[in-house]
Amino acid sequence: MNRVFGEFEESTVDRETELLTLKFSPNSVPLKQRWRNNGLSADFMADYVTTFFPYTKDDIASQNRQNEIKSAVNYIANELLENAMKYSSEMKEYPIEIHLLLEKDKIVFYETNTASKKDIDAFVSYIENLEKKGATALYFERLEKMAVDGLEEGSGLGYATMINDYNAKLSWSFVEVNKDFTTVTTMVKFETNI
Amino acid sequence: MKELISDELYTILEEEETNTIKIKGILRLNGLSEYAPIAAILENRAAQGNCMVVDVIDLEFLNSSGIAMLSKFIIGARNQNVKDLTFIGSKKIAWQSKSLANLRRLYPALQLEIV
Repeated sequence: MNRVFGEFEESTVDRETELLTLKFSPNSVPLKQRWRNNGLSADFMADYVTTFFPYTKDDIASQNRQNEIKSAVNYIANELLENAMKYSSEMKEYPIEIHLLLEKDKIVFYETNTASKKDIDAFVSYIENLEKKGATALYFERLEKMAVDGLEEGSGLGYATMINDYNAKLSWSFVEVNKDFTTVTTMVKFETNI
Repeated sequence: MKELISDELYTILEEEETNTIKIKGILRLNGLSEYAPIAAILENRAAQGNCMVVDVIDLEFLNSSGIAMLSKFIIGARNQNVKDLTFIGSKKIAWQSKSLANLRRLYPALQLEIV
């Protein structure tokens, strides 16, 4: 079944759009063995956007702004890729893609990957919980639970941190590929006019 | 400071006289299991009963698994009523102000110095 959570908007790319896309195919090296690439890709995306938010030496506000945007892009890109690498199907026809769009006053990420029914069901249940309880409450609830149960995988802390600490708006689109696999696109949007 | 763990991207150091553990560099390990050696060092030093300082001034990046590891350590310290636990962070590193403030919400007795 196809579903949407949050204010998901299909990406609109035209000739004037500033767009950076990275695509990872499971064909060459298994996705789970590419952990190091997450950090390299996130660092690259973060450095790339600094061009569009220049600072002047004497203007501390502009320096802080660049620093905050760079930090947000780095954290968000890294978390999106870490999650994608953990949960994506290893089947070669299902690559992982991450797009970074620079729009007026905002940066938008689209991260797409395909996962098994079991992982998708768990993820949908997490999103429903996030919508019901809110990011802050879920963030602290998960941390307390983790300390008691030692829960590790699927804690969803990365998404809650994006909302809590970086004021990002998250939304998702799920498109069923067949009875076993679903493609999920996570959209993360945050204001750069800070 | 004495080097306890050294990796391509991060280093864990110790200053015994002040019971300080310094975490520096970039931490993007995969899940709590990969963070276990660092968590073990923190928990071991906190269990010694003296005041303890965790210095993250030069920790440029921490992923959500790392935030989970530090949070778990702080909840443990709270549950064992560890006194005099201080985290020192940097204003210059954007992630620290917000994420470190969240850590204090887990244990209000935690002392936080952002320098």
